[in-house]
Amino acid sequence: MTEIPSSLPPLSERPGALGWMRRNLFSTWGNSLLTLLSAAFLVWAIGGLLVWIFSAAEWRVVLVNMRLVMVGQYPVALVWRIWVAMYFLAFLIGNTVGLRMEKTTRKGLAVGLLFSPLVFALFSFSLEARLAIAGLSLIALAGWWLGSRWPQAFRRPVLIGWIIYFPVFMLLVRGVSGEGSPMEVVESNLWGGLLLTFMLTVVGIVFSFPLGVFLALGRRSQLPVVRWFSVGYIELVRGVPLITILFMAQLMLPLFLPTGLTIDRVIRAMVGITLFSAAYLAENVRGGLQAIPKGQFEAAHALGLSGFQSMLYIILPQALRLVIPILVGQFIALFKDTSLVAIVGLFDLLGIAKTVLAQPEFLGLQREVYAFISLIYWVLSYAMSYFSQRLEVALGVGER
Amino acid sequence: MSQSEETIIKCVNVNKWYGNFHALKDVSMEVKKGEVIVIFGPSGSGKSTFIRCINRLEEHQKGDIIVDGIELSHDVRNIEKVRMETGMVFQQFNLFPHLTVMQNVTLAPIQVRKWDKAKAEEVAAQLLARVGIPEQANKFPGQLSGGQQQRVAIARALAMQPKIMLFDEPTSALDPEMIKEVLDVMVELAKSGMTMLVVTHEMGFARAVADRMFFFDKGQIVESGTPQDIFKAPKEARTKLFLSQILSH
Repeated sequence: MTEIPSSLPPLSERPGALGWMRRNLFSTWGNSLLTLLSAAFLVWAIGGLLVWIFSAAEWRVVLVNMRLVMVGQYPVALVWRIWVAMYFLAFLIGNTVGLRMEKTTRKGLAVGLLFSPLVFALFSFSLEARLAIAGLSLIALAGWWLGSRWPQAFRRPVLIGWIIYFPVFMLLVRGVSGEGSPMEVVESNLWGGLLLTFMLTVVGIVFSFPLGVFLALGRRSQLPVVRWFSVGYIELVRGVPLITILFMAQLMLPLFLPTGLTIDRVIRAMVGITLFSAAYLAENVRGGLQAIPKGQFEAAHALGLSGFQSMLYIILPQALRLVIPILVGQFIALFKDTSLVAIVGLFDLLGIAKTVLAQPEFLGLQREVYAFISLIYWVLSYAMSYFSQRLEVALGVGER
Repeated sequence: MSQSEETIIKCVNVNKWYGNFHALKDVSMEVKKGEVIVIFGPSGSGKSTFIRCINRLEEHQKGDIIVDGIELSHDVRNIEKVRMETGMVFQQFNLFPHLTVMQNVTLAPIQVRKWDKAKAEEVAAQLLARVGIPEQANKFPGQLSGGQQQRVAIARALAMQPKIMLFDEPTSALDPEMIKEVLDVMVELAKSGMTMLVVTHEMGFARAVADRMFFFDKGQIVESGTPQDIFKAPKEARTKLFLSQILSH
C-alpha cells in the first residue's frame, strides 16, 4: 500500500480539474461571482438556442421548400442536369482529396468530408432525393479511391477537370440552343436559390480577377492614357455602392438601350458585380505589386526578359501570392454581396427566402428560413477560407 | 587575360543626371574583348550607375554607349539585344524567390533564347556544377546561404551565354567567410576569357585578375591603369587617399 501523505496541498494547488477551477475561476470573490454570472448566461443562451433548434423551430418550411432554396424555379424535369454537375464536382473533390492523401495531415477530416452528404440523406426528403444525395457521397468516394489508388494516372485529368468545370457547369445549367438540341435551354429567369447565388459568385470571381489584374497593371503603366483610364475607373466604381450599380443595370440600362434589344437580367447583375469587384481587386493586387522589390524587375530585365515576360513569370506570381488572404477575403465578401440582387428582384438565396416566407402556410417563420440560409452562407464562406489556407500552405507562402 | 584587339564596349562622354544631381560627368571607356575591368571608388561616386547604364537599367542622357556594335538608344529592340549579350550580378543577388534554383537558371534561356527545356536544364546543370553547387538545383533560394545564392545568380547570368558580365558589388552583402567562394568563381570566370566589368572593393581580386582598373570619384574617372600602376604608383592624390583608407586594415 502506498503511504498516504500526511498533509495534502491546499485545494488550489492540487492538479486536476477541481484545482484548475479553483485557481482560474474561483480565486477571489469577484472572480467567483463573474464565473457564476457567465455560466448562467451561457446556459440561458445556448440552452435557449438548443431548445429552439430541436423543439420549437418548424424546420418543415425548409424541408418542404428545399428544392426552391437550392435551384429556384428551375424546371423539375431538368433538375437532373444540375445533379450531373454536382456529381462531377463531387468526383473532382473526392479525386483531389485522394491524390493529395499523402500530403494531408488530417486524413480523417478529409475523408469525413466525403461522407457529409450522407448526413443530409437522413432528412425526410423524398426517396429519390435521398438516393440522389447519397449518390454524391458514393461518387466522391469512388473518386477518392481511384485517386489514391492510381495517383499518377489521375494527376493531369483532375487538373483539366477543375479547369473545364465552370464551362461544363454553365453548359449543363443553361443548355444548348438550337433545333433538336439534346439539352433545351433554361432561361436565366428560372435560375434561383443557391444555384443563382453560386452562378453570380463564380462568374463574379472568374471574370473580375483578370479584369482587376489588368486594372492594377494599368494603374502602374508608363502610358498616361492607360494609367488615367485605370485610375478613373477604379475611383469611380469604388465611390459608388454596389446596390446603385445593380439598380442602374436593372432599371436605367433598359432606358438607354434601343427598343427591341434586351439583355438578360441575370447577365446584367453578373456584369454589375464583376465590374464592381474588379475595381477593389485592382487595388488589392496593386498592393501586392508594390511589395515586390525593385531588384526583381531589374534582374528580370537584365536577363533580357521583356516587360510582359517579367510581369508574367516574375512579378505577378509573387505579388498574387502575397495577397491571397486579401483576395479570398474579397471573394467571400463578393459571395455574400450577391444577396443584394434580391433587392432588384432576382431570386437568389435571399430572394427565394422572401418568396418562401410569402407562402400562406409558412407565414411568420422568418427565423427558421433566415437561420437556414445563414448556415448555407457560413458553410460556403468557411469552405473558401479553409481552402485558401490550404493553398497558402501548398504554395509555401511566408516560407520562401 | 586572353584579350584581343576587338573593342566590345565603347563609351564616349557619357553623362547622366538625377534631377539636378550630375551623377556621371563625361565618362569615356573602351573595353576590349576578354578584358577584366575593376571599377572602384567611394560610395556615391557613380560607379554602379555607370555599369547599370551599360545594360540600360539606367538611362544616360548624353554621350554614346555602344555594346557589341549595338548603340544603346530609346530603341527597345536594341536594348533587348544588348541585354541578351550582357549578364548582370547584383549586390543583393535578386534571385527569384518563388522559383527553384533550376527554374531561376533556366527561365531566361527558355523564354528569351527559346531553348527547349531539356537543353536549358542540361546547360544549367553544367553551370551549377561550375559554380560548385550542383546538388542545390531543386531548392528554393531562401534555403541557401548568401554565398550560394550569389553563385546561383552568377550561373543564372551565364546561362544566357552572354559576351559580357557586369558585377555590381557582388560581395558587399556577404559574410566574410562567403566572400571567398564567390570570388573563386569570379576568378575562374576571368581566367576563362570572359569580358568582365566588376564594381568592387576586393583589391585582392583586382590584383589577381584585373587587366585595368578605373577609380571613380564624384561621377568622373579620376585615374585608370593596370593594377601595378594603381597600387604601386597612383598619380592622383585622391586615389592615394582612397587606397590608403581601404587597404589600411
